Amino acid sequence: MLNVVGLHTEYASPKGATVKAAQDVSFEVPEGKLFTLLGPSGCGKTTTLRSIAGLEKPVSGNISVNGAAVYSAAQNVFVPPNKRGFGMVFQSYAIWPHMTVFQNASFPLEVGKKSYSKKEIETRVMRVLESVELAHLTQREATRLSGGQQQRLALARALVMEPKLLLLDEPLSNLDSKLRDKMRFELKRIQRELNITTIYVTHDQSEALALSHEIAVMREGRIIQQGTPRSIYEHPQSTFVADFVGTINFAKATVRSIASQGNDVVVDSEIGIIHVPNCPGCKVGDELVVCIRPESIHLSDAPPGPEHSNAFKGTVNAKIFLGEVLDFQVRMGDKIMLARSHPSQKTPVGNPIHFMVNPADCIPLKDNISISSH
Amino acid sequence: MLLTPPARQAWFDGKWLVIGVSLLLVAVLALVPFCFMIWQSFLTPETVDSPARFTLGNYTTAYTNPETIVTFWNSWRFAFGGSMVAFVIGTALAWMNERTNTPMRRLFYALSIVPLIIPSILFTIAWIMLASPKIGILNIVVQSVLGFEQPPFNIYSMWGMIWVDGLHYSPMAFLMMSAAFRSMDPSLEESAVMSGSGVLRTLRRITLPLVLPAIFATLLTLFVRAIESFEVPALLGLPAGISVFTSAIYQAIHQFPSQVGLAAAYSVLLLLLTSGGIYIQARISSSGNKYSTITGKGFRPRPIDLGPWRYFTAGIFILYFVLIVALPFLVLLWSSLQKFYSVPSMEAARHLTLDGYRYVLASDNIRAAALNSVWMSVATATIVMLLTAVVCWIVVKTKIPGRWLLDNLASLPMVFPGLVLGLSIMVFYLTFDVGIYGTFWIILLAYVTRFMPYGLRYNTTSMIQIHKDLEESAGMSGASWFTVFWRVILPLLKPGLVAGWIYVMIVSIRELSSSILLYSPGNEVISIVIWELWENGQYVELSALSVLFMILLMLLVGLAQLVGSRFGVKEG
Repeated sequence: MLNVVGLHTEYASPKGATVKAAQDVSFEVPEGKLFTLLGPSGCGKTTTLRSIAGLEKPVSGNISVNGAAVYSAAQNVFVPPNKRGFGMVFQSYAIWPHMTVFQNASFPLEVGKKSYSKKEIETRVMRVLESVELAHLTQREATRLSGGQQQRLALARALVMEPKLLLLDEPLSNLDSKLRDKMRFELKRIQRELNITTIYVTHDQSEALALSHEIAVMREGRIIQQGTPRSIYEHPQSTFVADFVGTINFAKATVRSIASQGNDVVVDSEIGIIHVPNCPGCKVGDELVVCIRPESIHLSDAPPGPEHSNAFKGTVNAKIFLGEVLDFQVRMGDKIMLARSHPSQKTPVGNPIHFMVNPADCIPLKDNISISSH
Repeated sequence: MLLTPPARQAWFDGKWLVIGVSLLLVAVLALVPFCFMIWQSFLTPETVDSPARFTLGNYTTAYTNPETIVTFWNSWRFAFGGSMVAFVIGTALAWMNERTNTPMRRLFYALSIVPLIIPSILFTIAWIMLASPKIGILNIVVQSVLGFEQPPFNIYSMWGMIWVDGLHYSPMAFLMMSAAFRSMDPSLEESAVMSGSGVLRTLRRITLPLVLPAIFATLLTLFVRAIESFEVPALLGLPAGISVFTSAIYQAIHQFPSQVGLAAAYSVLLLLLTSGGIYIQARISSSGNKYSTITGKGFRPRPIDLGPWRYFTAGIFILYFVLIVALPFLVLLWSSLQKFYSVPSMEAARHLTLDGYRYVLASDNIRAAALNSVWMSVATATIVMLLTAVVCWIVVKTKIPGRWLLDNLASLPMVFPGLVLGLSIMVFYLTFDVGIYGTFWIILLAYVTRFMPYGLRYNTTSMIQIHKDLEESAGMSGASWFTVFWRVILPLLKPGLVAGWIYVMIVSIRELSSSILLYSPGNEVISIVIWELWENGQYVELSALSVLFMILLMLLVGLAQLVGSRFGVKEG
């Protein structure tokens, strides 16, 4: 449905230097899917979204919707944003303060290419306001809405003209955390119900995991990994993605031996010997990093049985009670590992503790970049 | 340690004494002249053989006279025209500066305050030298190049007045509209575009309604300022017989016998106009605030790429600076180097001389006036900032009932045109002789009154940022109120204090319209000396003094910015 090929953008910084934003960004979004651009601030995700919207003119590349180019550097095509017919929700919501709720939502129908009768406008606006639960506030001044209501109004305004494509620029980042959780479900419900192709930009990995059909993780202007939420979370291809999406433990390691079938690789690590399932392209003696999610670590007071290959011992350094889970910091020499367990695990601080990890949950990565300490 | 009763007593004593004195001062400064002038407008002129009597005659004279209608109409045309010229120029420049990729726009923004530093009287005189029909250089150049019979420009006309006043105050419009352009969230426009709206429709339905409050506020501010303007109507209007309210007041005082009552009657109407304007402006600003409640991460708008046109807009910037800074300065510089005033020519260029400067530097009168000016501006700035710091503390930090009244009282002089303020102070201290009429002190009093609102504004901005806990913790440490104020509040106010002090000093050193009614021989200030030189036709000496004065003011502002950056002063 949406096709982005070889997109490059740049802009002039306030000091006058040219800054490259998106670089060689390519992706495809099928009809009806929610596609997320995820990355830290300054990674080029917003610029990419604004290029799709037409609010920014890229330097080179191609953007097409259903096969029709809205931007093409080669054919010198640039469809202005108001002719693209996309809906967009801005991070600041951009609710017009001089209009009522109804006027905000009806604006796109009044100014669009297609002309609607007064009656039709009213029907459509009321329908979309009902779907975001604002139908009872139509005559209220837009400035007198709460944050969550403004957010829903912005969404209604973007949806009212039944756009081909919905663009969302960090729409939940200005809400408090309770409301954000609620709106996350709302957004997902509306997107799935209307089956509208959506591009979602966020720096919040939990939002991305919860909402998306597919995620592209961006860094320094490039997409570094793209896949379903599950594959991004479970099979990060770089320490950056592993670290950015979720919480993770890193252990520096060296390959000791590789079984003949390649399905059991043994490494020497900071925390001891670890068995990892496989490590494509590894040779004995290679340096790598083993990544282990906190929830993959199984804690026990007693040593696990000899059938467990990845068993370790440490001391409880600190505990943080978070309600539904209990986080343990386990000290092993200089290294601290983070483990997430059920609150029924009651080992006191200072006591020895055992833990094991399934080899399948140990992810070996060869890039050594950006290992932040936890 | 327990607080002993005497200590508690001392805390209250010091506090109430300072507060009481400040309250009294503010009331005396702001209210007394105001009330007295209104009373005065109902009295006949006092002469040697007849005492003043109650009368409505001043109002009947002032408002039944057909000339008054002409004056009213002139004032309106002048203020409306001047504010429109300033607004159009300022808005166009602000748009170019904020929303396009015109080269050198950072530099332009930094330079935009320069024209505001040039005193009105100098700017007006410089434009007389440029565009007067007899000696105007522009007229001579255009006549000789294009071969016109008649001089094309006549500065002594309503259009001349509008042009000079509007041009001089266009930086004010520029600064206000720049702020308006900058504070608007660009995604408000972008979301309209995303909704399918074109450029013009977005402008009409979104941009314009949103900046309308700012436009009105700017226009009203400019209008009020233009209607208070004295220098341009006096220097350009009076010779051409075009009278506006300010020049009518001046003339009423300067005839014999002085028509104080008549001047006061004119002043009351002028006051009604300015206070109405400022009231509406304040209302718009506070209702405009509701529009600024919704803001997000400001995604700075990409400047519009003007392509090759950006050199054209850069050319407009340069032309603007030529008109507003370079030409006025150069014409004064030229005439300051002559023996007798003459238009530029090769012949005249051969007779350049520094006599004008020699005269200025040797004159005792001018040296005394310069010293007076420095003294006066330093004293004004210091008194204003300390007094308003206390006022501001009461208004912002205490719960004393009626503190809003104090705030309004201290802001009241804002509605006084300088000339009206000078007039009311003059008549008050003429009637109640406490020995300051005709001295240096009466001018100081007028300055402190006139610039009190500015000091208040600077102090309020920083006072709001000082958390109540900071002074309470000092109080808990056992400090008296006075110590808390001196050692905690004032140092924390420093950025605002320093910025305000410098600002008040600069505006008082160039003040003319209040001083003109209050000075007496021997206590002139520098702007009065310039006025006198102009009246005497000493153009060469006047130009030399002007050049020195402008250089000094530029140095002062440069110093102010240096100090400002060191103290971390934010632009007010």
